[in-house]
Amino acid sequence: MAEAVVTGGAFTTAAEERISVATQWQLMWWRFRKHRLALVGGIVVIIFYLVVIGADFLAYSDPHASEAQRGLLPPQFIQFFDEGRFRPHVYAIKGKRDPVTFKRVYVADPEDKIPIRFFASGFEYRFLGIIPSNVHLLGVEGTTAEESIFLLGTDTQGRDLFSRLMYGTRISLTIGLASVALSLFLGILLGGLSGFYGGAVDTVIQRIVEVLRSIPTIPLWMGLAAALPREWSIIQVYFAITIIISLIGWTELARVVRGKFLALREEDFVMAAELAGCGRMRIIFVHMVPSFLSHIIAATTLALPAMIISETSLSFLGLGLRPPAISWGVLLQQAQNIQAVAISSWLLLPVVPVVVAVLAFNFLGDGLRDAADPYGI
Amino acid sequence: MQTTLTQNRQAPLLSVRNLKTHFFTDEGLVKAVDGISFDVRPGETLGIVGESGCGKSVAARSILGIVERPGRIVEGEILLRREPQNGRAAEIDLTRLDPDGREMRYIRGGEIALVFQEPMTSFSPVHTIGNQMVEAIRLHRKVSPRAARERAIEMLRKVGISRAEHRVDEYSYQLSGGLRQRAMIATALSCDPRLLIADEPTTALDVTTQAQILDLIRSLQAQNGMAVMLITHNLGVVAEMADRVVVMYLGRVAERGTVDDIFHNPRHPYTQALLRSIPSVESTPRVKLPTITGSIPHPYNRPRGCPFHPRCPSFIPSRCDQTEPALGPVGPNQEASCLLYEGA
Amino acid sequence: MLSYIVRRLLLSVLTVWAVSMLSFAIIQLPPGDYVSAYIAQMQAMGTLLSEQEAANLRILYGLDQPVYVQYLKWVGLAVQGNFGMSMEWGRPVLDVIGDRIWLTLMVSLSAVVFTWIVALPIGIYSAIRQYSLGDYVFTFIGFIGLAVPSFMLALVLMYLGFVLLDANIGGLFSVEYADAAWSLDKLWDLMQHLPLPALILGLAGTAQMIRIMRANLLDELRKPYVVAARARGLSHTRSVLKYPVRVALNPFASTIGYLFPYIVSGSIIVSLVLSLPTVGPVLLKALIAQDMFLAGTIVLLLGVMTVIGTFVSDLLLMWIDPRIRMEGR
Repeated sequence: MAEAVVTGGAFTTAAEERISVATQWQLMWWRFRKHRLALVGGIVVIIFYLVVIGADFLAYSDPHASEAQRGLLPPQFIQFFDEGRFRPHVYAIKGKRDPVTFKRVYVADPEDKIPIRFFASGFEYRFLGIIPSNVHLLGVEGTTAEESIFLLGTDTQGRDLFSRLMYGTRISLTIGLASVALSLFLGILLGGLSGFYGGAVDTVIQRIVEVLRSIPTIPLWMGLAAALPREWSIIQVYFAITIIISLIGWTELARVVRGKFLALREEDFVMAAELAGCGRMRIIFVHMVPSFLSHIIAATTLALPAMIISETSLSFLGLGLRPPAISWGVLLQQAQNIQAVAISSWLLLPVVPVVVAVLAFNFLGDGLRDAADPYGI
Repeated sequence: MQTTLTQNRQAPLLSVRNLKTHFFTDEGLVKAVDGISFDVRPGETLGIVGESGCGKSVAARSILGIVERPGRIVEGEILLRREPQNGRAAEIDLTRLDPDGREMRYIRGGEIALVFQEPMTSFSPVHTIGNQMVEAIRLHRKVSPRAARERAIEMLRKVGISRAEHRVDEYSYQLSGGLRQRAMIATALSCDPRLLIADEPTTALDVTTQAQILDLIRSLQAQNGMAVMLITHNLGVVAEMADRVVVMYLGRVAERGTVDDIFHNPRHPYTQALLRSIPSVESTPRVKLPTITGSIPHPYNRPRGCPFHPRCPSFIPSRCDQTEPALGPVGPNQEASCLLYEGA
Repeated sequence: MLSYIVRRLLLSVLTVWAVSMLSFAIIQLPPGDYVSAYIAQMQAMGTLLSEQEAANLRILYGLDQPVYVQYLKWVGLAVQGNFGMSMEWGRPVLDVIGDRIWLTLMVSLSAVVFTWIVALPIGIYSAIRQYSLGDYVFTFIGFIGLAVPSFMLALVLMYLGFVLLDANIGGLFSVEYADAAWSLDKLWDLMQHLPLPALILGLAGTAQMIRIMRANLLDELRKPYVVAARARGLSHTRSVLKYPVRVALNPFASTIGYLFPYIVSGSIIVSLVLSLPTVGPVLLKALIAQDMFLAGTIVLLLGVMTVIGTFVSDLLLMWIDPRIRMEGR
């Protein structure tokens, strides 16, 4: 701030002296650290990806184990203390006839306590898809977790929402990553071509970007997604959705890359490198790319939320991932009927991780973007 | 020269006394201006010189009360003197005025005008020059829009802009740098200020244009009898334009005196060093110009004692790094803040 | 100025062309040609098409000819207002869409208006009072607005309306006006129902606009011409409102070109949640039922609508920024 106001060569030269020993990445880290929200965002993002890796471990119930009898059970909380001692347990769920309506209702029975065990064994899975295991963070003694723990309630088919959310996180966040990676590839390729060669190439690519950006995306996605054959497997649909999302999502990244290329081309240090006789490739990769790599990382982080929301929206409409795949959008499909939500409000819970993830990525991306310019104001 | 001498005996138009403007930044306190004092007398040209970052511009902005946050005037007085009329005080301390109040706004542009460095960006890019001039004129004079426009055109003509009646409706990006600076001066002078603060008015211009702009300021000054406070890092400009000179270093006044004294008999080691580093026709070709050793210290950790001591050739150990020198007389019209002369 | 308009116009034409290609692709994507699908549909509904009628349809759409001929025939028919038949509804596509396209436009426009009315003053306030309590509050709300996808916001608001007010807050008309003919009363009823969808659709854009406006204005406030204006004696408020706001409006106005498609896009999915009688629900149904003429036409109309909206905002931008107006003079 002061540097700017005091129009000062002196101020900046002295400031440079102080920090001249630091590398660019060190400078960025210092700047990033000052950004509290970005730090928090970064930590939340790390937690989310830990969930992605450990979804099987964190889920205590098989996400596909349905049981109509247990449909739409409200969340049950863990009781941590039993008669003043730390002995976590849940109350058993008992089905009863409502004396007035004669409907079966489920109530927790405080007399029947089911003890909770940590690192208990449950359904089988392969950790990271390789190591077979059946250890889960939570489990119960005497019965199965599927029948007794319902931290966030169950859906209409009696599947445990918490466990499903863990798996949904895995799919929603990786599909976001995959789409952003593909967008990044397209963005850097086309943005780089556009910014580096300029002229006709630039004009053509810029027009494509403008055209794509002025078409409403959701109807287009819907149209493309609806054309996916019904008989495709989850994996095929997953990749098709990734491609559909990134086909339109690359424009923003291309814009950033092109802008950086154009700005850097005019920079004195590029001119200096050219005068020093550096080859073209060396200029691009040794001089230009490092100075905007950080910007690309920031732009990618900021592009991720949009990808996540795209997947969620498509799946919510029933045009993206389809059951039995589990994603946040698929989970939210159950909340489409507002009457059902009014009675079983926990069906809205998948909104929370979407909002938290999007916020976290935004904060992180903002912090990264500021930090990417360590010499700025 | 004769007129200047008689005017010099008049009471100063503007007196800055022990002005301190500090910036409270996240990284620490920056004492951009730290206790400067000087006078500007009616009709004279006062040059303020120093390297960039020494606080010249902040001083100018402090006078107009437009220091941006986190900067603030923390101490000192800025006294403006004027003819006492209809209940107005003859002497007014600008630091006590509400910076966005009526009185201060009347003074800004009306009594003290500012022209500054960046002619490229000193006009709004989306309004015509005329629009901005008319606005300034009508803020200070009760005239019709038509009369204000006439006045704007007249001013543009006065600063040597041809086809002024067309230029008035143009946007600043349609003018060259030199024309823009002329328009800037025309705007500043459109309300007949008594003091013109020119903050590096020619720095961004090419040499030929520089000379034209300086000539323009001088001739307008002669016509209107206004005082000029010329802020620059260019000693040549000062030597050519100023009657008296204030040399600043790190937010303080190092030396002040008449232009002749400062240039022919500099007393402060900093002034001496500055003058040595000017190239001149007499310098031996292909020999490096003497430079001032070291670089300006970072304002967050200003050196103890005399701020110049780490770079000073006449540094007195355990004295200059301990005691802060005060401004004291070193000649009939000359003062310096240097321990070499204190108590001597 | 003229060259600018011509350039934007050319771009619009280009975009319409791209949209028409994409729409045609959507129609073409499902396996089998649509005449066979149409015949099957008709048969399922008990109407038998004669061989002659089927052959006529095939010729009309050029199904025996290369794809580009089919595209040209389709475009040719579309220009005349013939968008084909909706298989699901057994009626011409335009009949099915009817008022819905105008209602989509109304909803989207009101969201744009909402965005502008809210984002401008808040953005200016946040920049002038940077780091004040209000700035933090608005920044926070802005982040929430950015993070909550509009359809989720709609879901949550519907839920709250249901639980707290015991009312269905969706829809665009009260029951008595839903199927009534257009009248002033019906229009008034629509006006009363518009604010909620406008808020839901506009919130994310508003949050973005606030951030853009704030950042732009902060940049502008540091520019010398603001200091120069103040040095001329303008009051702080006036120097800010007259100059930098005007300049900061530029990037702001240029983003509405993207804002409009964004909002139209969001309106599709929000309409489903709020059960608004826009083209959204029809599009979804058509896609699920593979009623491709209907779906393709809706995508085409939405595209054309946004192109027009973008063009209008370009003209607006030209009016704000003299640098564009002067171009090519």
